[in-house]
Amino acid sequence: MGLNISAAVQIRALADTPLPELPALLVPALGETLAMVGIVMLVVVSLGTPIAVALHNMAPGGLFEHRGTYSVLSWIVNIGRSLPFLVLMAAIVPFTRFVTGTNIGIAAAVVPMSLAGIPFFARLVENCLRDVPRSVTAAARASGGSPLQIIRTAQLGEAVPAILGGLTINTIAMIEYSAIAGTIGAGGIGYVAVTYGYQRFDQTVMLATVLLLIAMVTIVQVGGDALVRATTPHLRRRA
Amino acid sequence: MISLKNLTKVYGHGDSAVTVLDGLDIEVATGQILAVVGPSGAGKSTLAQCINLLERPTSGQVIVNGEDLARLPERRLRVARRRIGTIFQSASLLSRRTAAQNIALPLQYLGVTPAETAARVAELLERVGLSHRANHYPFELSGGQLQRVGIARALALRPSVLLSDEATSGLDPETTRSVVALLRQLRDDLDLAVVFITHEMDTVLHVADSAARLEHGRIAEQGSLVDLLTDHDSILGRALQPQLSSADPAAGSRAWHVTYDSRSVPADWLQRISTDLGEPAALLAATIQSIGGTSTGNATVGLRSPERLAAAAFARYGLRAVPRAADPHPSTPATRATEELQWA
Repeated sequence: MGLNISAAVQIRALADTPLPELPALLVPALGETLAMVGIVMLVVVSLGTPIAVALHNMAPGGLFEHRGTYSVLSWIVNIGRSLPFLVLMAAIVPFTRFVTGTNIGIAAAVVPMSLAGIPFFARLVENCLRDVPRSVTAAARASGGSPLQIIRTAQLGEAVPAILGGLTINTIAMIEYSAIAGTIGAGGIGYVAVTYGYQRFDQTVMLATVLLLIAMVTIVQVGGDALVRATTPHLRRRA
Repeated sequence: MISLKNLTKVYGHGDSAVTVLDGLDIEVATGQILAVVGPSGAGKSTLAQCINLLERPTSGQVIVNGEDLARLPERRLRVARRRIGTIFQSASLLSRRTAAQNIALPLQYLGVTPAETAARVAELLERVGLSHRANHYPFELSGGQLQRVGIARALALRPSVLLSDEATSGLDPETTRSVVALLRQLRDDLDLAVVFITHEMDTVLHVADSAARLEHGRIAEQGSLVDLLTDHDSILGRALQPQLSSADPAAGSRAWHVTYDSRSVPADWLQRISTDLGEPAALLAATIQSIGGTSTGNATVGLRSPERLAAAAFARYGLRAVPRAADPHPSTPATRATEELQWA
């Protein structure tokens, strides 16, 4: 037994990556993570926003109230929100392979991440739109605005700071998902953390990836907060 | 000018249908201000939404300058709506746009060029007295200033009808007065027909030329302010009169509640009645004001003379007088009406 333990310690010690080699390992991984999260967020914002606008305006009191379509759309969004990401990722492998032709790598990770991110973002934005006073939409209608003009100026325009807050939350969630996607060989920081830190007990890499993830999330949060301040008149003036 | 003909709004269908507005007929001529008052639930906000056609009436017509807007298809309705400027209760400005940018909104929707928009906005800011606040955001403006921005925005497309939906509710009395004065000024300068929906009775006296009382979705009463105030049987006219708590009459004399019942009450009626009855008349409470050049108001007068003689003296000068009962809080028709109309 004693021999076994010392062998294990030996292996672990041997596996630790020397510090100078860390950048070569982490920089490409960081690039992959940024690419994944970047592509996903692009898809999430461009599809999640219209869904949120549709949900908000088909709900009772909206610009084009339609109870039936609202219920169906809302139900679909709820399904997307119900599955834990790991389960969703596994469940849609055939779909992912159909779309991307593969079930490993960045392309394969983007599909489940987008599918999880779109309903998440749609609900966040729907909430932001609901917080805009109804009278603002009424005033825009009375000012002769078309539905598209009203949505752009009085709904999305008014909700911009709140939406940016939601975007921050959503981006951080996607960084987290990208790490989970690392387990199916998506690459990125998550993949490095799993293969080196978890499977090979490489404490140096483990610690480095943890610090890198903390740094990324912090930068996103601080950047998001700054954007919220910059787009909110009363916060901007006081600063 | 704007006229509503047999305007009806029903929400829901079949058994659950609720008739909120029931065959309203209202007409406001150019240069006139009509106040619409009524208790909450009477249909005031639905009426507002039917006038600017944010809600389509179930039946009836909304005629602005000779054209019925109620049946226009949605696209043309959007254009037609520009003839009606709306001022909302909370000015409902875009919080991320400056005062000038908020006023520019209807022009921007219409597709007016930036240069023309800038010129028009400057003119509107000047008109509502806010040129020095052009680049301020809503959070930097007072309640009265916000409402002025709302008024300027409502006027941006040169409407012929202005709809004020509880625009002064929630403002302090002084701000209310200045907003009301601005509305009257604009009415004169721009030849607007103004529909002023409110639940504040004292504002009605300051702003309106005529008033309509909405009750359970119907117009219960409607007329010029002077007619309402000089009509003893008008519930609305009584409710518009300030309620006074009067002093008690001297022992042996009787208190009379006197209201101006005609347009020709002489200003020195109290003196004349004293002379006619040969006794000094005691003034226990009074409020008299000029509405559209006619004196209106009410007073409480203490007299020793016999009831028949005193009543005749009052009638001679166009006053309606009711002896006040010994009960310190009599439930005369007038006070009952007022209690019914005390909503605020």
